Amino acid sequence: MSRPLIEARDVRVTFDIHRPSDLPWTPPAQLHAVNGVSFTLEPGQTLGIVGESGCGKSTLARALIRMLPASGQVIWQDGTDLLTLSPRQMLKYRSEIQMIFQDPLASLNPRMTVGDIIAEPLRTHRPGMSAKERKDKVRAVMERVGLLPNQINRYPHEFSGGQCQRIGIARALVVEPKLLICDEPVSALDVSIQAQVIGLLEELRRDLGLTIIFIAHDLSVVKHLSDEVMVLYLGRMMEKASSDELFAEPRHPYTQALLSAVPIPDPKIEKTKQVIPLDGDLPSPMAPPKGCVFRTRCPKAQAICETVPADHLTGSHHTACHFAGETVSA
Amino acid sequence: MALLDVKDLSVRFDTPEGEIHAVNGVSFSLEKGETLGIVGESGSGKSQLNFALLGLLAKNGHTTGQALFDGKDLLSISERELNKIRANRIAMVFQDPMTSLNPYMRISDQMAEVLMLHKGLSKRAAITESVAMLDAVKIPDARNRVRLYPHEFSGGMRQRVMIAMSLLCHPEILIADEPTTALDVTVQAQIMELLAELQREFGMATILITHDLGVVAGFCERAIVMYGGRIMEEAPVDPLFETPTHPYTRGLLDAIPRVDEDQEALRAIPGNPPNMTGAPKGCPFAPRCALVDERCRVETPALMEFAEGRARACFRSIEEVAA
Repeated sequence: MSRPLIEARDVRVTFDIHRPSDLPWTPPAQLHAVNGVSFTLEPGQTLGIVGESGCGKSTLARALIRMLPASGQVIWQDGTDLLTLSPRQMLKYRSEIQMIFQDPLASLNPRMTVGDIIAEPLRTHRPGMSAKERKDKVRAVMERVGLLPNQINRYPHEFSGGQCQRIGIARALVVEPKLLICDEPVSALDVSIQAQVIGLLEELRRDLGLTIIFIAHDLSVVKHLSDEVMVLYLGRMMEKASSDELFAEPRHPYTQALLSAVPIPDPKIEKTKQVIPLDGDLPSPMAPPKGCVFRTRCPKAQAICETVPADHLTGSHHTACHFAGETVSA
Repeated sequence: MALLDVKDLSVRFDTPEGEIHAVNGVSFSLEKGETLGIVGESGSGKSQLNFALLGLLAKNGHTTGQALFDGKDLLSISERELNKIRANRIAMVFQDPMTSLNPYMRISDQMAEVLMLHKGLSKRAAITESVAMLDAVKIPDARNRVRLYPHEFSGGMRQRVMIAMSLLCHPEILIADEPTTALDVTVQAQIMELLAELQREFGMATILITHDLGVVAGFCERAIVMYGGRIMEEAPVDPLFETPTHPYTRGLLDAIPRVDEDQEALRAIPGNPPNMTGAPKGCPFAPRCALVDERCRVETPALMEFAEGRARACFRSIEEVAA
């Protein structure tokens, strides 16, 4: 049996926060941005991570590649725990895990040509490569993502948002990574362009056997791309299941509310559907509710939710709720 | 007579790179109490069109055409007269509630200012009225929270404040420019629900500018689809979504991932957004259109009404688009 490509066990990211009212010797308050997240990801699979702003989805991604300090374990396919490596040891794994970012233009250096931007990971990770080889490689990858190789000497500002995202994808793919982490890669793009980039990612996954972690706030995009989906709220996992199951039969009240809020481009459905209302605002992550973090806004919250956080497992369907699977009436 | 009648409106910007044709000969009308969606992607001209109506264009922008509101042409009246209409009879809600509220002023002062200026109320009366309006947009504990500064509210609450502020003078038209784009989906649902409720309650006509066809489907009676500064299609929402008659509308609907359906692959619209520099020639969608022919590239199709309330700007037949 193949080993999972990457396995996260109880990953936590905690920030020390000094409040303006603190005295210099007051110990910092702690903000648990990611709180005990675990998953396994098989080679060639796509894991979607969804949640609203402040749920910790981007923090989790950054923790996985050690852009942020985290505790817990992140086990790579060869059995290494990435969180224990020295920066030098980690370098070897960095070419195996690449990332693409939300704002396509901001994540490209405006003073570098497209060719230099895409070649830079090669200079770092394949120092022995000749300039000629590097150039060929860059041209090939540009073609692969739908850019014209003759655009190699242009600058990022000469490209549209969709094309800039293609440059970002080319830069990530040039070192032939096994895992691609996409942090909101299409949320800044127009619908017609978004579909192009989603199509490209699907094609690359199929042709190169890429494993993808896909982070987004847009549930429909995640549904379209993912095999497995994880729903985060205030740094905690609310629900994790196969994409088919999660969207057909959401079991957590938060997932149910989230799904009901997505606008559907069909007036007949949209004008009659019931939105499950969530009361109030997201609680402060500095002082999350005790017990289940969602209980302050949950339409089903009972006394038990204040004490024990729940974890229900049905098959491979995780639901952090005592009342998993019961439908919420709007 | 229509409440607002826009005729052949164009907006151009002078830039060092040349003239930008942001909006090209747009005509539409808005009836009393109607909800109209204006849909388009970035660069379609949907926001500039509405900025032009209220005289909010950047300094290098020029407007031609007419926009008749209550017998007056909004595009040619004096700044003084326009000021009597803005916020008072036509109000606007912007996309980013943080940058459109004044961070240095308490909510109470910002809201009272509107009423003192337009309605001549005393400060005390204006604040009482403001609190009532904050209650109407369901801000809990409005009486006390009216004293807070914008940064003390969450994004969703700030947008509620913006909406409350825009409704203070009971405008006849509310223009909402991407009011939920910066918000999370559950908050978006709350805000759209609130807008729909207020619209029923106050009966103002509403123009909703958005890139999100899902939001239009839920909120609007009628919609205009824009591309490259022109109207591509105009129709009541039911037929617009069911039987789009313009290749662009059709393409947009096919490109949206759906959360309620299983789709095989998304059909993307190939190509890039239009370049708006220089005088436009032909149909702006032609470079990306699957049904394009020679005529589309040189001649611009006019927006033609083909059925009651439905119009399209395309040389190809409706049957060809539906195929």
